[in-house]
Amino acid sequence: MQDFSFPAPPTAPDTAELRAEVRDFLATELADYPAAKRIRSWSGFDADFSRKLGQRGWIGMTWPKEYGGHERSAIERYVVLEELLAAGAPVAAHWIADRQSGPLLLKVGTEEQKRSILPRIAAGEYFFCIGMSEPDSGSDLAAVRTRAVPVEGGWQVNGTKLWTTYAHHAHAMILYCRTGSADDRHGGTSQFLVDLTLPGITIRPIADLSGARHFNEVVFEDVILPHSALIGPEGNGWAQVMSELAYERSGPERFLSTFVLLVELVRAISGQSSSDREVEALGRLGGHLVVLRRLSRSVAGMLQNGSNPALQAAVVKDLGAIVEQEIPEIVQQLLATEPDLRSSDSLSAVLGYAILNAPAFSLRGGTREILRGIIARGLGLR
Amino acid sequence: MNETSQIVKDTASRLFADRISPKLLLEAEAGIWPAEEWALIEEMGLPFAMVGEDDGGVGLDDVDAATLVRVAGAEAVPLPLAETMLANRFLAAAGLALASGPATVAPVCPEDRFSLERGSDGWRLSGTAHRIPWGRTAQTIVVLAEMGPQCFVVRLGNEQIRVEPAQNLAIEPRDSVIVEAVLPDEAVAPLPIGWGVDDLIAMGAALRTAAIAGAIGRVLEMTVGYANDRVQFGRAIGKFQAVQQSLAVMAGHAAAASGAADLAAEGLSQRAGSMAIGIGKARAGEAAGVVSTIAHQVHGAIGFTHEHSLHFLTKRLWSWRSEFGNESHWNRQFGEQMAKAGADGVWPLIAAL
Repeated sequence: MQDFSFPAPPTAPDTAELRAEVRDFLATELADYPAAKRIRSWSGFDADFSRKLGQRGWIGMTWPKEYGGHERSAIERYVVLEELLAAGAPVAAHWIADRQSGPLLLKVGTEEQKRSILPRIAAGEYFFCIGMSEPDSGSDLAAVRTRAVPVEGGWQVNGTKLWTTYAHHAHAMILYCRTGSADDRHGGTSQFLVDLTLPGITIRPIADLSGARHFNEVVFEDVILPHSALIGPEGNGWAQVMSELAYERSGPERFLSTFVLLVELVRAISGQSSSDREVEALGRLGGHLVVLRRLSRSVAGMLQNGSNPALQAAVVKDLGAIVEQEIPEIVQQLLATEPDLRSSDSLSAVLGYAILNAPAFSLRGGTREILRGIIARGLGLR
Repeated sequence: MNETSQIVKDTASRLFADRISPKLLLEAEAGIWPAEEWALIEEMGLPFAMVGEDDGGVGLDDVDAATLVRVAGAEAVPLPLAETMLANRFLAAAGLALASGPATVAPVCPEDRFSLERGSDGWRLSGTAHRIPWGRTAQTIVVLAEMGPQCFVVRLGNEQIRVEPAQNLAIEPRDSVIVEAVLPDEAVAPLPIGWGVDDLIAMGAALRTAAIAGAIGRVLEMTVGYANDRVQFGRAIGKFQAVQQSLAVMAGHAAAASGAADLAAEGLSQRAGSMAIGIGKARAGEAAGVVSTIAHQVHGAIGFTHEHSLHFLTKRLWSWRSEFGNESHWNRQFGEQMAKAGADGVWPLIAAL
C-alpha cells in the first residue's frame, strides 16, 4: 500500500494582501457579469479577461522570471486560482496553458520552446488545448493511434483528436501520439508542440447535450511539424503525460465547478426564514468543500516541493466531482425552483446550467472509474 | 511534530499494539477494567498530554495530543484516554488540582446543561448529563457549568455523583451522571471569559474526530489486506474490479477523514476553532458510515462474526460519529454560519478556514 498521506498544506502568512488584491480586481472587472455566466466557471472563455490577468502577473505565477513568470509560491498561485473560481471568472482561455502546458514545457521543453512560448502564455496571449483523447482512445489513453513519422525536415502527423476543449480558440496543442513501436503499450509515444494554424489541421465543433460548443474534433492530415516541435525525449510521451495529469487533477477547479450554484443556494436560503433541513444540507456541502480545499492545498504543497502526488490528486478529483455533482442534486431536492437555462431568475438559470454540465465532472480529466483504478493500484490491489 | 512528541507517539503506538488484544477487548466488553494497561498509560504521562509543562503536564501541543488519540483509535483502546486528557486540560485551565486516575468530562451532549448556584453553604451543582464516557469508572468527573456569562469548572469525586449505566454499540460505558451536590470553593473555579460548555463539547468532538480517523485508517488496512488474501473464483477478491472500485471509494473517504481530523486538531488551539472542529467531525462521521459499510461488504460473512476483530473498530465508528455532536448538529452549526454570511460572504468564510 502506497503512502496516501496528505501533509498539512504549506502556510503562507502573507497571502492576505494578494487575496484582497484579487478580490478587488474581480469586484471591478466582474461587476456586471451575471450569475448565469459565472456558473460556467472555468469553462467561461474570455480572451480579454485572460490578457488582463496576464498584465496583473496572475498567469505563470510560479515560473522563473526569465520565461515571463513571477517566481511566486505554489500557495500564492492557489490563492489566485481559487478566488477566480469562487467568483466564477471566465478563465478558460488561459487555464490549460497555465495549469499543464506551460509547466510541461518548463519541465521538459527545449530552451527555444521555453523562450518562445512561456512568456506569451504568462502574458495571457497564447492559449493551449490538450491533445490526448481520440475516437478510440478515451479512458484507454495508451490506445492512441495518431502517429507522427519522421520525414525530411521533421515529422508528419496523421490522426484524429477528440473532446478537445476550446481547440477552436486555442493557438497551440500539446499532441500526444505514437512515434515508434514498442512491445509495451506505453512505449513508442511522444509529445509535440503543435501550432494549430499549420496546414492540414481541421477543427470541427461538437455540440454538448445542451447544444453549447466548447469541445471539438481535431483532424491531422499529413501535417508537417518541424524537428523543434518535439517535447522531451522521443519515446518519453507516456511518462510526460502521466506527470501532466497530477497538475490536471488536483486543483481547486476539481471541486469548485458548481460553487456559483452554492452561492445562489445561500442567497435563496438567507433571504427568508430557512428550515433546519436547508441549513443542515448547506452546512454539509460547505464542510465537504472546506475539507476538499485542505486536501487540494496539500497536493499543491507536494507539487511545489517536487514530490509526485499522482495518487493524492486522483483522490481529490474523485471526491471533488462527487461534491460538484451533489450541489445541483441537493438544490433540486431542497428548493421548488425549476431549472431553466434561459430564465431571468438567476437561481433557475444557474441550476439549469449546473444540471446539464454535471455529467462531465466525472468524465473530463480522467473518468471516475479510471481514477478509482489508480487509487486501487495505490492500495496495492493491482 | 518535534522529536519529543514523535517519541511519545511511537511509544504509545507500540504500547497499544502490544497490549490491546482481541482478548482484552472482549474482557472490556464484559465490563473488566484493563487496570494494567491504564497504569502503563499513566506511567507515560498520557493523561496529562494536553496540560502545559508549567502546570505539571507533558507539554505536547494540541495537534500532537490529538495524534495520540488517533493512534489509540486505530487500536480501539477501551480506555478513557481522550476524556482524561480533556478533564485535566480543563482542570489546569481553571487552576484546579489535576486528576489522578481515570477521569471524564460532562456534559458531552449539546443539549445537556448543569445548573450551578452560589449558596450560603457553598456551590450548589445540580442536573443530569447523558452518555458520559466512563462515568462509572472515572474517579474524577470534571463538569463545566455556566452562571450567566461565566463558565465554571467543577471538580467532582465519584462519590459525589449517581450513575445510571448505559453503553454505546462497542459496549464502552456511556452513563447518565446525576449530580445534586454542595461543593466547597476548592472544587469550583472560573474559566477565562469567553469559554463555555460548547468549547468542551467542541474539544471532545475534535478528539473523537481523531479517534475516528485512526480507526478508519486501520479498517482500510485490514480490508485491503483481507481483499488481497481471500481467494474466490480462483483469485484474490481484490483482483475483481467491482471490489477494487469499492475499496477506492473507501480510500477516498479515509483521506477525507484524515484531512478532517487534521483540521479539527488544529481547531483545538484556535480561538473560535469550533467551526473547523465541527466541519471535521461531521465529515469524518460521514466517512465512518461509508467506510464501515464497505469494510463489512468486502469482509463478507467472516467479518460479520463476533470472532473476527473488525467489529471492535466498526462498532466504535458507528458510535463515535454520534458522540460530542453528530453530523446533523455540526452541519447545522456551519450551515447557520454560511447562511449568516450570505451570498457575498460565504466564500470568504470558507477561504478563511
